[in-house]
Amino acid sequence: MSSAISSPPSGSLKKRRVLPGLGLSLGYSITVLTLLLFIPLAACFAKAATLTPSQFWAAAWSERAQSAYFVTFFCSLIAAIIDSIIGVILAWVLVRYQFFGKRFIDSLIDLPFALPTAVAGLVYANMYAEHGWFGKWLVPWGIHVAFTKLGIILVLVFVGLPFVVRTVQPLLETLDDDLEDAAELLGATRWQTLSMVIFPAIQPALLTGFALTFARAIGEFGSVIFISGNLQYKTEIAPYLIVSRLEEYAYAEATAVAVVLIVISLILLVIINGLERWNRRYD
Amino acid sequence: MTIHSFKTVSARSLHWLAALMTLTAIGMSLATTGCTGKPANSQELLHVSYDVTREICTAVNEKFIKRYETETGKKLTIKQSHGGSSSQARSVIDGLKADVVSLALWIDINAIAKSGLIEPGWENRLPNESIPYFSTVVFVVRKGNPKNIKDWPDLVREGVEVITPNPKSSGNGKLSFLAAWGSVTTRGGSDEEAMKYLTDLYRHVPVLESGGRGATTTFLNKRIGDVQLAWENEGYLAVKESKGEVEIVYPPVSIRAEPVTAVVTSNAKRKGTTETAEAYLKFYFEPEVQKLIAENFFRPSDPQVAEEFQEKFPPLTMFRVTDISKGWDDAQTRFFSEGALFDQISKLAAKR
Repeated sequence: MSSAISSPPSGSLKKRRVLPGLGLSLGYSITVLTLLLFIPLAACFAKAATLTPSQFWAAAWSERAQSAYFVTFFCSLIAAIIDSIIGVILAWVLVRYQFFGKRFIDSLIDLPFALPTAVAGLVYANMYAEHGWFGKWLVPWGIHVAFTKLGIILVLVFVGLPFVVRTVQPLLETLDDDLEDAAELLGATRWQTLSMVIFPAIQPALLTGFALTFARAIGEFGSVIFISGNLQYKTEIAPYLIVSRLEEYAYAEATAVAVVLIVISLILLVIINGLERWNRRYD
Repeated sequence: MTIHSFKTVSARSLHWLAALMTLTAIGMSLATTGCTGKPANSQELLHVSYDVTREICTAVNEKFIKRYETETGKKLTIKQSHGGSSSQARSVIDGLKADVVSLALWIDINAIAKSGLIEPGWENRLPNESIPYFSTVVFVVRKGNPKNIKDWPDLVREGVEVITPNPKSSGNGKLSFLAAWGSVTTRGGSDEEAMKYLTDLYRHVPVLESGGRGATTTFLNKRIGDVQLAWENEGYLAVKESKGEVEIVYPPVSIRAEPVTAVVTSNAKRKGTTETAEAYLKFYFEPEVQKLIAENFFRPSDPQVAEEFQEKFPPLTMFRVTDISKGWDDAQTRFFSEGALFDQISKLAAKR
């Protein structure tokens, strides 16, 4: 090791990396990715390819499927937006304020990751059902949460909560509050400080957090099925449709739905990634 | 120097790799030994069944194990698996190593047979077309029947919420659908009227659970809905479980539900359990077990036992699936396949 430190910065074009052996680590990464990601994905596509184009179309783009995609993407989008707002506020509070029990709350944020999401779905469904703690008060006002899209959004907000907090928090921590003082001294209003100083700094992380929340919500199954009611054309999500098709022994048709879900998700993630890059075009 | 450091580093990473591989190997060998190595003087059966048979299976298993062990001197364990009938059939098709299956509907076992795991002609290898007991769909209502629900048309009255599982995944769900359909067509209604009634009915369904037990939990524990369309035995279980919070109402007409059983021949052959599995299923048809079945609120197939328990099961008009379709295959395509009547009805029901 000492020899490595004492060695002069050689003029070699090869950059020294911390992890040894590019060949080895790259090979390892590709093997792992192939085993865990590419082969299962390819199997999914291969199964869907056993259908003729018209069969594929009928399975993947039936009215029932379209409505399921809509429910999935609509609820995921709304949940991701809500999580972004809540997440930034939570991260802000956790970084900028000192209060009793802060460490405890900080570790609580990750709970949605650890908790089986089915438990969350069950608990929410029970609380918001007509005789539940919240439902008791809401239902008489005509606000139905259990077995509606509102309920789906609610559990998705819960499930995706940690992402934005955990992506934005480290950036806020490195953001010196001197910056805010400087902005104030230069005559910026609070809103200007927020929108022109703080927001641009956390924006890339926020976008990443948003994308993660959104992607997580699209695939979420366990929690949603307990609160959505799974009514076709109303509250049925695409992942449930896949399982439902499997139960009719329609394997290829189920994978057709999965393929559409994968493709739409990929397109959306590529767009979000593009937005992130576009954002950093001056860096 | 560079060569030297490269060597040590790669050696180190090789160590890591080796360690990783050993760990994987150990893990794998542990996983496989877990599945093999059963002593020769013991047998194990896996019974895959539908959602509402947990209690009855446990009761019968206990009896059968006792008898098997005294007769053969071998130890027997019977594992049970329960879930929505169609989901369970799919698990078996997908490779769940069931020795015997008992499912809510003929089509579910037939789907397994179609996959080649059960030899054709399975219905005739056991008594009574392999139907050990039958049942029906009844109304379970809240104590005192506050919404005064007596017959099928009452279910679509203003303000009544109906709980029934998803016909796509559940035997209970399919039977409820067919019972509702037949309640119209076997009493002089046309198919159009049945269609209109079912659209109305599913407008009153707030949640579709995937199996019968899930529906019971929703109705009993979450206290959602005014009436549950349940298996007769599940209804009685709910009455017992809730200590009288709910009660059963018999509609004048309902469907005759005929759950079937079969040995999953190719699994049993491979595991060497064929004989035990066959004896186990035949056991269900013996008078002693038929009584046990009746005590668990399934209607026994043995006519003598049925007579004995006559008072327990109020009479009602039960139509068979053949009275409203050409048979199970036809019913499946006409009502439950993709784009068929249930899908059309759900679509209409979603649009208020």
